Amino acid sequence: MQKNGPVALLFHALVVAFVLAPLVVICLVAFTPENTLTMPTTAFSLRWFRAVFEHPDFVTAFGNSLWLATIAASISVAIAVPAGLAIDRYRFPGRDALNGLFLSPLIIPHLVLGVAFLRLFALIGATGSFAWLVLSHVIIVTPYVLRLVLAALSGLDRSAEQAAMTLGASRFTVFRRVTAPMILPGISGGWLIAFINSFDELTMSIFVTSPATVTLPVRMYMYATESIDPMMAAVSALMIALTALAMLALDRVFGLDKILVGEK
Amino acid sequence: MGFLTLEGVSKVYGGLAAVRDVDLAVARGEFVSLLGPSGCGKTTTLQMIAGLVEPTAGRIGLDGRDITREKPNRRGLGVVFQSYALFPHMTVAENVAFGLEMRKVPRAERDRRVAEMLALVHLANLAERYPRQLSGGQRQRVAIARALVIAPPVLLLDEPLSNLDAKLREEMQFELRRIQRSVGTTTIMVTHDQAEALSISDRVVVMEAGRMTQIDAPYRLYEQPATAFISTFVGKMNRLAGVWGDGGVAVAGTVLASAPADVAAGTAVTAWIRPEKLHLRPMGEGRLAGRVASRFFLGGHWLLTVGTEAGDILVSVPNTGEEPAREGEPIGLDWEPASLRVEAGAGAAA
Amino acid sequence: MNRSVATPLMLASPGAVLFAGLVIVPLVLTLILSFLAYDHGTGIKDSWTLAHYMHVLSDSYYLGIFWRTLRLAALTTLICALIGAPEAYILSRMRSPWRSVFLLVIIGPLLVSVVVRAFGWSMLLGSTGLVNAALAAVGLGPVRLLYTETAIVIALVHVMLPFMVIPVWTALQKLDPMVEAAAWTLGASRFSALRRVVMPQVSMGLLSGSLIVFGLSASAFAIPGLLGGRRLKMAATLVYDEYMHELNWPLGAAIAILVLVANLVIMLAYNRAVEARARRMLG
Repeated sequence: MQKNGPVALLFHALVVAFVLAPLVVICLVAFTPENTLTMPTTAFSLRWFRAVFEHPDFVTAFGNSLWLATIAASISVAIAVPAGLAIDRYRFPGRDALNGLFLSPLIIPHLVLGVAFLRLFALIGATGSFAWLVLSHVIIVTPYVLRLVLAALSGLDRSAEQAAMTLGASRFTVFRRVTAPMILPGISGGWLIAFINSFDELTMSIFVTSPATVTLPVRMYMYATESIDPMMAAVSALMIALTALAMLALDRVFGLDKILVGEK
Repeated sequence: MGFLTLEGVSKVYGGLAAVRDVDLAVARGEFVSLLGPSGCGKTTTLQMIAGLVEPTAGRIGLDGRDITREKPNRRGLGVVFQSYALFPHMTVAENVAFGLEMRKVPRAERDRRVAEMLALVHLANLAERYPRQLSGGQRQRVAIARALVIAPPVLLLDEPLSNLDAKLREEMQFELRRIQRSVGTTTIMVTHDQAEALSISDRVVVMEAGRMTQIDAPYRLYEQPATAFISTFVGKMNRLAGVWGDGGVAVAGTVLASAPADVAAGTAVTAWIRPEKLHLRPMGEGRLAGRVASRFFLGGHWLLTVGTEAGDILVSVPNTGEEPAREGEPIGLDWEPASLRVEAGAGAAA
Repeated sequence: MNRSVATPLMLASPGAVLFAGLVIVPLVLTLILSFLAYDHGTGIKDSWTLAHYMHVLSDSYYLGIFWRTLRLAALTTLICALIGAPEAYILSRMRSPWRSVFLLVIIGPLLVSVVVRAFGWSMLLGSTGLVNAALAAVGLGPVRLLYTETAIVIALVHVMLPFMVIPVWTALQKLDPMVEAAAWTLGASRFSALRRVVMPQVSMGLLSGSLIVFGLSASAFAIPGLLGGRRLKMAATLVYDEYMHELNWPLGAAIAILVLVANLVIMLAYNRAVEARARRMLG
């Protein structure tokens, strides 16, 4: 294997600095003792973190987002696994159309989905409903889960299922004991991607959340457009820390590069 | 009467016949190989017996019972897949126990039978390993144990040794035969390796383009191949085109044999002879003169290509510690008259 | 392969019903809405009109925003390709622990909310931010960066970079590393080996990355919202304002439909070009 030359490494260092700069700045400013967005120079303070936890809006929004992402990711797995089985294992009329329908939210801008949901919810009187917000997130995250489930299914050695069948297992037993455990990495990776996408979603959610169902990204966006104080930095730093922790934990369990980059 | 019988079994895929009108009767305890090149329909035949592929026509019987339409999970046959198809998320012991679990065998008996089977395939110490922690040969033995533990009436092996390297493959051939003998299970093995088929089977079934063209014991298959294809596919064979004339078969003007052939003089004939049936003689002796064109040393024997008036002829010379003729050396070739087979026709089937 | 129809339909039906109800129905409703007349006093009326489309497509205010959206998305795509492709190549040539570590560093920010990242850039690029402080240190006067197109592009590149690195990285992974060495043994310089052997095989990854980056940039919301301010609007922030501040839903719906159609047309055309290229390459 050829090594990278000095020019390549300098380029790499600049890219890494560019990627990390905004995140590092947030984490530093979050510890400022001042009232403005300034770098802490002489002293570090936790006052803005305390402020976040005394600010009920952020705490509620965080709770909303956590629930929303958990439920939406779980429903999307419950939909995508059987749908993936149908698409991978069977040839039936409308199969391609169905596949296209399930994957369509990937090519529709979230902004368009947002106004479309807003119109629908307004007409059926569902504005501000948490349940309908969950369903709108299910639409957005299911394609990701489906793609991972389909990839796991197509990479599966079908002869293991045939072996189970010749050993006397019924079709349901084959699924429960052989197929499901074998595609579990795909399913759990899909759930995770779905959770993250749902938790971070802003553009669609900003149209369909109400003050009672507001999610953390929407809350933060509103806050950032209205006022600029270090509390926003503290919230952001907390989210970065949370993400980093989750990444570390997941890397231990699955190998994160596998989940992020692809199935292979 | 056959224990496992195939009667007129065919499989057609979208107008293309993969298997055509196959008849086969396998006796209890017999080891039968399905031999043929890829695409000859041998794996499809095996999958139809296993119930993984439904025949288009015909009937499959097991111990007098018609199992043609029976689901694979009701047939109770043991199948070893080419990829082994081990369950990656289960340990060796769990893999082997799976079939017993499906049969609701009580725990204690299950454990006992799994342990017995693992001992038989020499894997008792690896019971708690996962498939990914095993070598190719070990995985292969897990697959055999998993198929045999359910005491199947018939064991089906799909190219079981093709993923192993040459040395291991030879070891596993003996191992496979030993296990089969000790359990006594009727076994059908699919393979494209003629040496493998000859060495471990009681009978070999050769398949060509979806048909079974010869069903015989390995020795007879080798000595009396039914078709030109078999004679070249199984072992090496010299094929000489000649004419049936006065006094015998003439190839390029030289009379080689006086084999009685029921044909008119002047008819084209083909003569066949195996390389190991030819003997080297000093120049001027023997039935045919030639010159050594190339020489390969293969350990147990030498393989010589001898240029003659009848064309290039392969000669296998056993390694007796002495070097046979060198390249370029003129020699004579001799054989027992009975070793040369003569058939009418230009050998078009080859 | 099982040929029965009942089983797959049963398996897929819960999802199919949900998607039909929540993708097709709302889009059709929005399409209808965009043709409904609107009155500032009384709101949405029951009569049909093409006025919203005419208005949007003839008013230089809206056309200017569309043009800016396309321009900034294209610029972002170009910069992402120029940074992302070499970076993916450098990553692929790193040794074992560093490779995974830096891959995580580059694509990990994908998991951090866009709002957070946009906010980080607003602090960096502000009049008292780090960038201006650095410029002042070398004697250059304060530059107005925040609420400019430059700020939007910088932040967009930051957010979109992983989407470019991932497909190029994937394409590089499929490449036999010995192929490049083979070119060297045949007398190719490092540069021509890169250009003649590596680039053609990576170009498919680059093209699919460009498609994703362009699509997401053109409909980006949080970044123009936070870094462009009230005046520098892009398509997404424009629709948001029509809906939430002007309350002219039919006009907003018309813009949204135009965004959707433009998005689909560009994606399909691009996809077709990419596929044609793939066919040529694979013979």
